[in-house]
Amino acid sequence: MRQIWYDRRYRSVLWQVLAVAGVALLSSFLLGNLFDNLARRGIASGFGFLDSTAGFGVTMSLIPYSEASTYGRAFVVGLLNTLLVSVLGIICATVLGFAIGIGRLSRNWLIARLATIYIETLRNIPLLLQIFFWYFAALHALPSPRNSHGFADAIFLNVRGLYMPSPVIESGLVWLVLGALGGLAGAALYLRYSNGRFVRAAAIFVGVTGLVALAALPGGFSLSWDVPALRGFNYRGGWVLIPELVALLLALTLYTAAFIAEVVRAGIEAVPRGQLEAAASLGLSRRRILIDIVIPQAMRVIIPPLTNQYLNLTKNSSLAAAIAYPDLISVFAGTVLNQTGQAVEVIVITMAVYLAISLVIAMWMNFYNRRVTSRGGA
Amino acid sequence: MTGWVRANLFSTPLNGALTLAALGLIYAALPPLIDWAVIDADWRGDTRSDCTSGGACWVFIRARFDQFIYGFYPGPERWRVDVAFVVLIAAVIPLFLPKARHKGWIGIGLVLLFPWVAVGFFLGGVFSLPEIETEKWGGLMLTLIVAGVGITASLPVGILLALGRQSSMPVIRALCVVFIELWRGVPLITVLFMAAVMLPLFLPDGVTLDKLLRALIGVALFAGAYMAEVVRGGLQAVPRGQIEAAEALGLGYWRIMIAVVLPQALRIVIPGIVNVFVALFKDTTLVLIIGLFDFLGIIKAALTDPEWLGYSVEGYVFAALVFWVFCFSMSRYSARLERRLGGARRV
Repeated sequence: MRQIWYDRRYRSVLWQVLAVAGVALLSSFLLGNLFDNLARRGIASGFGFLDSTAGFGVTMSLIPYSEASTYGRAFVVGLLNTLLVSVLGIICATVLGFAIGIGRLSRNWLIARLATIYIETLRNIPLLLQIFFWYFAALHALPSPRNSHGFADAIFLNVRGLYMPSPVIESGLVWLVLGALGGLAGAALYLRYSNGRFVRAAAIFVGVTGLVALAALPGGFSLSWDVPALRGFNYRGGWVLIPELVALLLALTLYTAAFIAEVVRAGIEAVPRGQLEAAASLGLSRRRILIDIVIPQAMRVIIPPLTNQYLNLTKNSSLAAAIAYPDLISVFAGTVLNQTGQAVEVIVITMAVYLAISLVIAMWMNFYNRRVTSRGGA
Repeated sequence: MTGWVRANLFSTPLNGALTLAALGLIYAALPPLIDWAVIDADWRGDTRSDCTSGGACWVFIRARFDQFIYGFYPGPERWRVDVAFVVLIAAVIPLFLPKARHKGWIGIGLVLLFPWVAVGFFLGGVFSLPEIETEKWGGLMLTLIVAGVGITASLPVGILLALGRQSSMPVIRALCVVFIELWRGVPLITVLFMAAVMLPLFLPDGVTLDKLLRALIGVALFAGAYMAEVVRGGLQAVPRGQIEAAEALGLGYWRIMIAVVLPQALRIVIPGIVNVFVALFKDTTLVLIIGLFDFLGIIKAALTDPEWLGYSVEGYVFAALVFWVFCFSMSRYSARLERRLGGARRV
């Protein structure tokens, strides 16, 4: 008996059985309590509520939505709004973050100092505080619609939001779509064989799309702009970014850019000096050194933590709930939860969505890492 | 001097243009900012009628200062909070003195012991101190409590999870991986919502948990998962030979971990741990979304007071300044440690 007790394999099995039993016991205790509580409080369970009428409106929706829509549709509205602010935020934060990260390494003393001050200020102030600052302090100081700041009589900024003209394609949409598809295919093909020159691939995409659209012009492609105009108390027409979205986007961009800048700096600094010296001694120009030597090696170091920052930005977009931007949390885990009282289902769905986003991005990153490292060589 | 300016500011035409643009930006932003914040600002007085000069109205901060620090903690009992923080500061100072002794023990006591003593002291009900329910806690005090408890609880949780993730037992490893990735995959706000609205449904009838306690549980689990990943980095950096040597000496698993592996692993990841602290400190502001009045929450509430409407910029600037001082000093400390521990041992 003593011998079995001191046998390592036996003990390891015992520990694992105990762990499983403990988890099972705890879950059965919690679930038992849950069913008791649900029954006592008369809360319905199951996912049937997704099909019942929501009866509340949302301030911004990318798909048709009304008070007569279902809770399920409200969920989609919230999810799309979360994805919208995340994608916009990722694009803006990447551009700004790269600019500041490179600025921090600039040989220009003043620029490097300013970039450092930016990074150290922005990343040491809580994001929620920054969102409040933009929303409650900065944007609320904007003028009323009648006294809007106008740019070129087309873009207007006031306390109700940012109004922009929207393109209206009257005919020839099919050509634009075809052009875009062709451009996408061309860009993908170029990327495949060019060792990841994203900028040129993007140029190919824009070029092909534009060419096809232009070629189709005589065939009846026409486009007009829906320009916002002041009617009554507010601007109508065009695209509008509601103030909640503007504040959230500003805060997410400025905050995440500070972190991305640090990632970029670390990536560039990780390129060994010998590489630069070797390239210089081969007589390559500074531009070629940057494009062919520094960027490819730096990107390898940059991509994993950069992906992490994208993930953080997406998760941080949930702070939208604090200023009532209708994202997944605010619409679904807020309003829908309060109306239905089905806390467990709603929270589980919400968490599952964020988990799914995290897992997809993590999987993509692992795939990318394997591809990059398998290519080998420096 | 001119040589330096030429080399560092005007080395190429592009650099010169950037320098001029940056100078223009500074000239446009800095003087008005200083005018607003210092020269034109109002500092003295008690009511908004004392704010006449058009600059920042710091009178607002001054009038509400005590509330920003203590929340709704009753006035005659505020000395308890003061005492606790004086003790805290007195205990922290030796950690920054290069020659102080017993730093390790002070640090361990500070992280593992102090928060519980302080919470008991704040709550009262013992030592004939009147009891003060947690609804009255607020302001900077609450922020520090949430951060302190989160940090204290996240360390043991994180260490256990990291050990579990490195364990050779597949079931334990799987449980720990699922637990860690679950918390790291969702935003803190969903965890807090869960703690606020879902957790009560899982408790037996008649058992209620304090709202603050529920939030603290959520924060601790969340921070624990992040801590686990930091600690794992340290565990992986300890050479295998160390474990094999300890095994050859006949030590058991826990002896090996406590006496050999963890001391080395934790030392390596101290900067990472401090970074988790900084992130946690900033994240404490999220408790205001579930209705707790932390430092930011109470400032935001004060801004809606009809007597002080229109001073939101002052309120948020003050809050930002306080958070910045805390986070910046912590991140400086972590950067200094990182440099001192050296690049070779860094993971």
